[in-house]
Amino acid sequence: MNYFLRKMGFYVVALWAALTLNFAIPRLLPGNPVDILLAKLQQRGGTVTPETREAYALLLGGDDSQPLWNQYVDYLNNLVHGDLGVSVSYYPAQVTDVIAQSLPWTVVLVGIATVMAAVLGVTLGAFVGWKPGTWLDSLIPATTLLAAVPYFWLALILAYVLARVLGWFPLQGGYDVVLDPGWNAEFILSAIHYGALPALTIVLASVGGWLLGMRNMMVSTLSEDYVLTAEAKGLSPRTVLRSYASRNAMLPSVAGFAISLGFVVSGSVITEQVFSYPGIGGRLLGAVTNNDYALMQGLFLVITLAVLGANLVVDLLYGLIDPRTRARS
Amino acid sequence: MTNLSPANEPSLVDEAEAEEVARDRAGGAPRSGWRMLLPTMTPWLAVGLVLVGVITLFGIFGPYLVGDPRQIRDIGLTPPSADFLLGTTQTGQDVLAQLAYATRGSLQIGLLVGVLATALSAFFGIYGAYRGGFADEAFSLLSNVFLVIPGLPLVIVISGFVPRESRGLWTIAVVLAVTSWAASARVLRAQTLSVRNRDYVAASKVSGEKPWRVIVVEILPNLLPVIASQFVFAVIAAILGEAGLSFIGLGASNSATLGTMLFYAQNGFALSLGAWWWFVPPGLVIALFGMGLSLINFSIDEIINPKLKNLRQHRRRARKAARLERELARAHRRSRPQEPDAVREADGAKEVSAR
Repeated sequence: MNYFLRKMGFYVVALWAALTLNFAIPRLLPGNPVDILLAKLQQRGGTVTPETREAYALLLGGDDSQPLWNQYVDYLNNLVHGDLGVSVSYYPAQVTDVIAQSLPWTVVLVGIATVMAAVLGVTLGAFVGWKPGTWLDSLIPATTLLAAVPYFWLALILAYVLARVLGWFPLQGGYDVVLDPGWNAEFILSAIHYGALPALTIVLASVGGWLLGMRNMMVSTLSEDYVLTAEAKGLSPRTVLRSYASRNAMLPSVAGFAISLGFVVSGSVITEQVFSYPGIGGRLLGAVTNNDYALMQGLFLVITLAVLGANLVVDLLYGLIDPRTRARS
Repeated sequence: MTNLSPANEPSLVDEAEAEEVARDRAGGAPRSGWRMLLPTMTPWLAVGLVLVGVITLFGIFGPYLVGDPRQIRDIGLTPPSADFLLGTTQTGQDVLAQLAYATRGSLQIGLLVGVLATALSAFFGIYGAYRGGFADEAFSLLSNVFLVIPGLPLVIVISGFVPRESRGLWTIAVVLAVTSWAASARVLRAQTLSVRNRDYVAASKVSGEKPWRVIVVEILPNLLPVIASQFVFAVIAAILGEAGLSFIGLGASNSATLGTMLFYAQNGFALSLGAWWWFVPPGLVIALFGMGLSLINFSIDEIINPKLKNLRQHRRRARKAARLERELARAHRRSRPQEPDAVREADGAKEVSAR
């Protein structure tokens, strides 16, 4: 039980750090959001009075007159009540509503693509590591090319070849705009058709890392005594591969899920931009270009929470899969 | 989280030593001292070195050999030709010239961030683990927290708050370094923990050496391969991160990197106009440079984990054995053409060798 308590404790600290970071960034950095917005307003010919300034400061939730500590308590209080402020670019929509609209797109896309990449990479890695010396194995270093390819560039190439030249997939968007979003077969098929290209990008760009990690662990697991014992017992190679070698070799891949998820989320933010996908990433970039600070912070918070949550689940699962972690702590 | 590798370490060292001894007996000279820290040459390492070397040279000397990357001509979007080896952009700018300057910019920022991130991770990883106690707990908690907070969204938010005018090269470099040091700090911490309790470190401490001296003289040399490999990773991550940031228009202002090239290509509708010569080269340079660095890292990994080297040698032996087996079978078949048994026998032997 101690293991789970420790893990929960860590995630509470991480959550607090993320919240505080989100609070501190706008206050620590040189640019003042209120000034930037007012400058924009002035450029468009608006008049700036002290009242406008105050109104903007209140709108952004950064009331300068209050001491920092009170601002912090207010900020946390608002978060607890699920109040992330009002979005400027989608005025008068609440930030939470804007996020709720775009979150499912990203969660489904990144979720499915990551699981596919992980399963594919781990399976391939297990087979390649199982038989070192085959022609497949000597091609392994070439997968580093896939790992070093920038996500968005791969997206551009795929879009060029598969969408523009071959015309198999639509170039942009999340679904056919003539359809109404809803739970009907036609809409879901359209969403799958539009999501295939972004998903393919994420899978291709992240499968190499999984493959490599699994293959390296497989190689070191194969020289363990228990694998030798299993072989000596006369177990069929398939049983040894499945129940002895890959099971143990998979552990670091599971633990590494945390780090790779962060990378995938980062990559998909920009990939969504290439495909104008209606997910979180596109909204985040839109918020940045429109100086929509409340939306920006809200999105960052939601992305961080999602990654933290996924990590927590993986960590708890890891404790179940590998009893040693529980015994050690 | 668990680190499974330290448990294997003693046997690894033994195997590596056995390998050395075996080579010694075979007549080859043992590799001594600093030579042990250099990787063995393999075809893939050669490929990596060539890729990194060529791209670095292109970044250093390329800009002197090409024309002005900003010069606008009235030949927009011409495909590659003898005059313009990589064609022109929408406004008739020479893509090759832009590529040369952009490569230089990307390499600069990669190097800068690589150094900064490695310095940060070395401080948090090595110093914390060396001091132990509260400092270690605090530093390792800090790096774990930074590890689970997704980097790029954080960088985007930070860049969004910094006004465009004050978003210089150094700002971007510092932001990228601050968000990317955590993973290597963890690796370095694990390594330092295994080194810091060795006898010679204890002896040095007992004889009254100052902490910085113990770290720099006694501990650091043991970590050099690990630091080198982390540095290489940091450079790749930095170049990729900067490219992503510039691609969405949040990079350093007035900088020319491969990311900004892709930004202009995307905003100039290179994709829908079919101008592949505009957006393919910048990404390819990033991918090839990253691939080269990863291949070099493979060889550095072999120094850190000698088991991988044994594996490579084992694999070479297996390949050689399989080849011999095949030749033998062929010779067999040639000498006794009408004997099906021989083939079956050879196949059986092959299977044994494949095991």
